[in-house]
Amino acid sequence: MAAITIDAVSKRFGAVQALETVSLQVRDGEFVALLGPSGCGKTTLLRIVAGLEAQTAGSIRIGARDVSHLPPRARGLAMVFQNYAVFPHMTVYENVAFGLRMAGAPAERVARQVEKAAGLMHIEAYLQRHPGQLSGGQRQRVAVARALAVEPAVLLMDEPLSNLDALLRLEMRSELKSILAQAGTTTLYVTHDQTEAMGLADRIAVMQAGRLVQIAAPLDVYRRPRTRFVGGFVGSPPMNFLRLPVADGTARLGALRLAAPPGLGGEALVGLRAEDMLPADEADGFRFDVLVAEPLGAHTLLTGRHDGQPMRVVWAETPQPGTALFLRPAIDRLCWMDPANGERILPQP
Amino acid sequence: MTRLRRWLYAAGILMLCAWTLVPIYLIAVSSLGPSGTVYAWPKQFAPGGLSLHTIASFFAINGVWHATLMSVETAGICMVLSILLGLPAGYALARYTFAGSDAYRLVIILTRAFPIGILALPLSVSFVSFGIYDTPLGVGLVHTALALPFAVLVSSSLFLGIPREMEEAGWVFGCSRFAAFRRLVLPLAVPGIAAVAIFAFVISWNEVFAASVLTLRNRTLTAFLLAVLSESPLHVQFAGGLLLILPSVLFIFLVRRYLFAVWGVASR
Repeated sequence: MAAITIDAVSKRFGAVQALETVSLQVRDGEFVALLGPSGCGKTTLLRIVAGLEAQTAGSIRIGARDVSHLPPRARGLAMVFQNYAVFPHMTVYENVAFGLRMAGAPAERVARQVEKAAGLMHIEAYLQRHPGQLSGGQRQRVAVARALAVEPAVLLMDEPLSNLDALLRLEMRSELKSILAQAGTTTLYVTHDQTEAMGLADRIAVMQAGRLVQIAAPLDVYRRPRTRFVGGFVGSPPMNFLRLPVADGTARLGALRLAAPPGLGGEALVGLRAEDMLPADEADGFRFDVLVAEPLGAHTLLTGRHDGQPMRVVWAETPQPGTALFLRPAIDRLCWMDPANGERILPQP
Repeated sequence: MTRLRRWLYAAGILMLCAWTLVPIYLIAVSSLGPSGTVYAWPKQFAPGGLSLHTIASFFAINGVWHATLMSVETAGICMVLSILLGLPAGYALARYTFAGSDAYRLVIILTRAFPIGILALPLSVSFVSFGIYDTPLGVGLVHTALALPFAVLVSSSLFLGIPREMEEAGWVFGCSRFAAFRRLVLPLAVPGIAAVAIFAFVISWNEVFAASVLTLRNRTLTAFLLAVLSESPLHVQFAGGLLLILPSVLFIFLVRRYLFAVWGVASR
């Protein structure tokens, strides 16, 4: 097991700057998810750590070793690819044994490790089959087993669950989490699905346009996003952002007067989560006009407007479209943002 | 499609098939029939019987067997060189983006625009000075130049069909670049490589002009037949024709899927 240190790595493809000086430390045994929209550079960063792409500047250290210029096979890591990349002309056994065989391990160690990995991923029954005879989910298990069999210091995963159907994804997620927690493998996991990142990671590193925007534990990223982008990207439904007029240090939200942070001009941007709303009356709340109500089973998702600004609320009942509700936010869950640059205004100590 | 259109379409296809198949059929009937068939007039349409007499007497003619061996040797050289040179080029085109790759693809196809019969004349002068005139190697080299465009483009589409992720997985799990190619890409590419080899063989087997100009005593079968055709008896003409057509038709039929890939037609 080893820590990964990504030190000021940048990557340029011709005229396009894919990564801008990204620095990140993954502690030994930690599971860090790289989360971001398509094109933010997360896969590029993972491939640079793997050695499949060369960085334009910066260095990568795995453990104490500087691996920046080493080929992938010398870095002591294993990788699970998005399209599994299992070898179709070999049996499942040979696929899982591949890394060990290439390292020259003796036959009984190979057999032992393959049995163990196959047992963890529940693919013992398929060991003599070829990947062409397996379903997508089974092939994905083979890919993960192949990575686990070599007992790597570092495990890299590039959106391994994105090609599976929703139910399978859920199952595989929890299986992966328990297996990796038991093994204690340092893992770097790329995904664009924020639910996956929230569910699996010890820390989430949110990326946007080649930059690392925020890295923190899932609940911290959820409750205290550093920028408007993070608030909108993490969590389903996305965080609501309302522009409120500010006068004399207080922001006005319907009938509520909220203590605004100092230094704002005439306007404040406040972020509030859809589920952090409580019922109120006209005198001590703000008005929310329901446009669409989607009953999702566990709760209802209301889409509507406050004062012309779009908003979403998670609610227990299902009011009719056109109803007006009066709500008040949980004050401790508010996030104040600077309307000029979308960055969070940190609370006063 | 309207009915008339469909009929016209079917008739067109039928004519095209007849254009190709009827002559082959007639040659086959005459060369594989009993000994009198070749000289019969009018030519029989239905096969009279099956006999290898015509073919046997064809091979008995002085020089035919030697010419056949020369053809095989030349085609073999062409096949090996096309694979050795074409595969790496195809791999480079498939896996790397580099300035001029599109131009390269165009240029390599354009080399076929050169009229080989005319090029062969100055080539024979150079070959004499290099000492490879009238050898299978000399003719093989020219045939390789003819076959290379297809070798490069077919192997390029072949390697494009094998996902890059597979090699990357190989690199991560302990392979050097060459080991990953050998263990992971080659086994999957073997059918396509076989197709390239067969196609190169067929191109060389069929080629007439360069072979005629560049050989004197060690003629390939095509060159030999061209030289002796007008003075030869009928059974030489028919049997020779069949011997030249058959391998080509068979092999092209076997590798048609890979040729479609060059022209961008997907066929399963």
